Amino acid sequence: MSGADVLKVESLVVETAGEATVPILNSIAFSISAGETVCLVGESGSGKSVTALAVMGLLPKDALAARSGRILLGGEDLLAASPGRMRDLRASEIAMIFQEPMTALNPVLTVGRQIQEVLETHTTIPYRKHRQRVLDMLEQVHLPDPARIFHSYPHQMSGGQRQRIMIAMALILEPKLLIADEPTTALDVTTQKQILRLISELQQKQGTSVLFITHDMGVVADIADRVCVMHRGHIVETGKTQDVLRHPQRDYTRQLLTAVPSLIPRPVRPEDSKQIVLETTEMSKVYGSRSLFGGDPPVAAAKDVSLSLKRGRTLGIVGESGSGKSTVARCVTRLIDPTSGGIRVRGQEISDLSRRALRPYRKRIQIVFQDPYRSLNPRVTVGESIAEGPINFGTPRRQALDEARKLLELVGLPADAIGRYPHQFSGGQRQRIAIARAIAMEPDVLVADEAVSALDVSVQAQVLALLHELQQRLGVAILFITHDLRVAAQICDDVAVMQKGRIVEYGPAETVLRHPSEVYTRELIEAAPGRNWDFANFRPFTPEAPAAPPQG
Amino acid sequence: MLSYILRRILAAIPVMGVVALFVFLLLRITPGDPAAIIAGDMATPEQLERIRASLGLNQPITVQFFTWIGQLLSGDLGTSLISQTPVTTLIGQRLEPTLSLALVAITLSILIAVPAGVMAAWRHGGFIDNLVMSGSVLGFSIPVFVIGYMLIQLFAIDLGLFPVQGFRSIFSGIGPFAERIVLPAFTLSTIYIALIARMTRASMLDVLGEDYIRTARAKGLTERLVLFRHALRNAAVPILTVIGTGFAFMISGVVVTESVFNLPGLGRLTVDAILARDYPVIQGLILLTSFIYVAVNLLIDLSYAFLDPRIRY
Repeated sequence: MSGADVLKVESLVVETAGEATVPILNSIAFSISAGETVCLVGESGSGKSVTALAVMGLLPKDALAARSGRILLGGEDLLAASPGRMRDLRASEIAMIFQEPMTALNPVLTVGRQIQEVLETHTTIPYRKHRQRVLDMLEQVHLPDPARIFHSYPHQMSGGQRQRIMIAMALILEPKLLIADEPTTALDVTTQKQILRLISELQQKQGTSVLFITHDMGVVADIADRVCVMHRGHIVETGKTQDVLRHPQRDYTRQLLTAVPSLIPRPVRPEDSKQIVLETTEMSKVYGSRSLFGGDPPVAAAKDVSLSLKRGRTLGIVGESGSGKSTVARCVTRLIDPTSGGIRVRGQEISDLSRRALRPYRKRIQIVFQDPYRSLNPRVTVGESIAEGPINFGTPRRQALDEARKLLELVGLPADAIGRYPHQFSGGQRQRIAIARAIAMEPDVLVADEAVSALDVSVQAQVLALLHELQQRLGVAILFITHDLRVAAQICDDVAVMQKGRIVEYGPAETVLRHPSEVYTRELIEAAPGRNWDFANFRPFTPEAPAAPPQG
Repeated sequence: MLSYILRRILAAIPVMGVVALFVFLLLRITPGDPAAIIAGDMATPEQLERIRASLGLNQPITVQFFTWIGQLLSGDLGTSLISQTPVTTLIGQRLEPTLSLALVAITLSILIAVPAGVMAAWRHGGFIDNLVMSGSVLGFSIPVFVIGYMLIQLFAIDLGLFPVQGFRSIFSGIGPFAERIVLPAFTLSTIYIALIARMTRASMLDVLGEDYIRTARAKGLTERLVLFRHALRNAAVPILTVIGTGFAFMISGVVVTESVFNLPGLGRLTVDAILARDYPVIQGLILLTSFIYVAVNLLIDLSYAFLDPRIRY
C-alpha cells in the first residue's frame, strides 16, 4: 500500500503563527493511493481546508505555519521543498479547485488566458500550440462552444461553467493529485451532480488521485473510496466509506451521521387549525427595464404564485438559485413590492397598502435571513436588537427587555446574553438570536429564508428542532425557503417547488417528495447527493423503503 | 464601446456649458462696476463709457452672453486688459512649461509610487512597507517650496548637476529640456508619490486577499506574475482615480513650483492676472483648467472600462 501512495501525510502539525501559538492541526496522518478518492469530512473549523492549503504550500504566511510532520508527494517531502520547487509542483503534480467559483477566477482576464498561463508557466510547449491545447481541455470539461468560451470573461459565465473552467485549469497538465475544497458547495444540486460526475470522469481518464473536502455526507457517500472524519484539528476516524457509514466507531462520527436530515418526509402532522394566516393569489414580481431608451426586456422573478399557509403549519418553498423563492419571501414580507396579485395576512389584503398603512401589519409577519453573520447589527447589543421591534410598537422599554431575556432562554441561550454583542456568538447562536428577534413581535407568520443553510449539520439540526418547538408552543406558521430537499423533508408539511419564477409542483410534503408528478421535481430529488443512504440509521435504503421516486 | 465613448463625450458638453456660464457671470456678479474697476480711480465718465462699450457691458445680458459664447466657439477669449495681447496667445505661450512640468511629474510619480505601493503591500508589515509608509508621511508633510529649495541647494548648487532655474522647450532638444525639468518635476511629484503609493498599497492589500490570487498561486505562478498580472490590474481602478484627480490638481497647483524654479508657466500667469484683476485672462484660465479637469476625468472613466471588462455602461 505505502509504495503506491501518491500522498502521504505524517503527523502533520499546523499552528497559528506568532508568539502564542494555537494548534490548528494536531498531528494528523492519512494517505491517498493512485486513482483513489479520499474525502476529508467535518464541520467548519475542523481543519479540512487548512490541511488542503498545507499540502499546496499555500498556508497564509503571517497567520499559519506547519510546525512538524511530513507531507510526502511521491516520496518527496513538501514541507522541506523550496518555494521555487513548490511552484513547479503546483498545477503540474498537485492542483487545487476551490469552493467559490464566483470569486476564484480573475475577473479581468479571459478564462482562456487564465488556463493558458498554466502551460506558459510549467511547460515548454511552443506558444502557438497553447490555444489548441486549451480548446481541447475546454472540450474535455464539456463546455459548449470552446472557441467562444476561450475569449469569455468569468462574469459572463454561470457558477457551474466557472467551476468547469477551474477544473480545466487544474487538470490540463494531468497532475497526480487533485485537491478539491468544497467544489460543489456553492452550486445547485443539479449542477453539483454534473460537476461531481465530471471530476470522476476525468479522474478515471487521467488516473488522478483526489483529495475531496466536504461537509456533506451525501457527497461522501456518492464519491469517496475512503473517508477521514475531522474534528477540531484531529482525524477522529478513517476507513472505507462503506465501513464508516455503516459502522461508525466514534461518537463524533455517529453524531455527524445522525444529524444528516433524511430525504424521507417526516410523518404527516394532524392539522390543528383551519385558519389561513397567509395567502397569496397569483402574485408576480416583474423587473422591468429602467431606462426609457430600451434596455433589457422585463424579467419575471416570480409569476402567478398562489400559496396558502394555515396556523401552526410549515410551508416549504424549494428550488434552485434564481428560481424566485427569495423573491416570494421578500414580497410576502413587503420588503419588496409585488408587481401584481394579492397577499393576505389573516384575511387582510396587504399587497397594495402604502408604507404607512402597512405598518401595523409588519408585526404579523417576520423574517429570519440566511447569513447570521450579516443580519445582526454588530454595534447593537443582542437585547437591543430583540427589543427594538416591540419598543417601536409601543411596548415600554423595560418590559421589552424583560421579554427579550425570556425569549433568549426560549431559544436556548443564557438570559445574560442580553448585554453582549453579536460577534461574541457562534453562527448557530446568532441564528437563535435572529429567531428570537423575529418571535419577539409575536408574528402570525415567520418567514425563514434559507435560515439554516449557512450552518453545520449538527447546528442545523438543533436550529430546526428549535423552530419545531417554537411552532408547537406558539402556533406560528412558518414559510420556509430552502434549496435543501433534506431540510424541507424534515420540517415542512407542504412543499412548493419553484422553477424560473413559477410554482411547478405544490402539495403535501409526503406527496411532492415521495411521489413527485413533475419531471423537474424528480430531477431535483435524483440530484440530491447520497439519496440512497439512510445516514441516521447507518444503512443504505432497502428496496422496500426506496428513497427514489417511482420511475416514469 | 465606441458608442460609450461618444456618449461620454456628449455628456461632457453640458458640464463645459455650465462652466462657461459661471465664467461669464463671474465678471457680471462681481460687486461694483467692472468697467470702473478696470478703468481705475482716475477715469472720466467718457473713458468708463468707452470701456463699457468695448466689453459690451451696455447691451442686454442675454445678448452679452451669446456674443461671448460665439467668440468662445470661434476661439476668441478676448484681450488682456494689461498687455493688450489676445488671451489665447498669452495662454499659448505659458502652456508648454506647465504641461511639460505636470506630465513629467505625474509620470515620475507613477513610476516611483506604483512599484513602491505594490512592494509595500506584498511585504505587508515588513521593512519595505514601513519605509514606504513613513516616506509617504514625509512626502505629505514637507512643504513643496522647502523640497524645491533643498533640491536646488543640493543638486544644483553643491553638486552642480543641474541648472538652478529656468525652462527650455522640449523642441529645442531633450538634453537641455530634461536637465531643467528634473528638479521641478521631482519637487512637484513628492506629494503625489506619497498619495499614489498609499492608494496603491491599500488597493493591492484588498486585492491580495481575493480568492483568485490564491488560485493564481495554486497554479504555480511566480510572485511577479501574481502581483503584476493578476493583482495590479484588479487594483488599478482606485489608483487611476487618484492619478487622474491628482493630475488635474497639479495643473492648478503648479504655482509654487513654478515660482521656486522660475518657470514661465500658467501658475504664474494666473497669479499675475488675479493680482492685476485682468478679467479676460482669469476667465480664459478658468475655462482652460475646467476643460483639463473634464478631459482627464473622461479619460479616466474610459480607462476603467478598458481595465475591467465588467464595466460596460
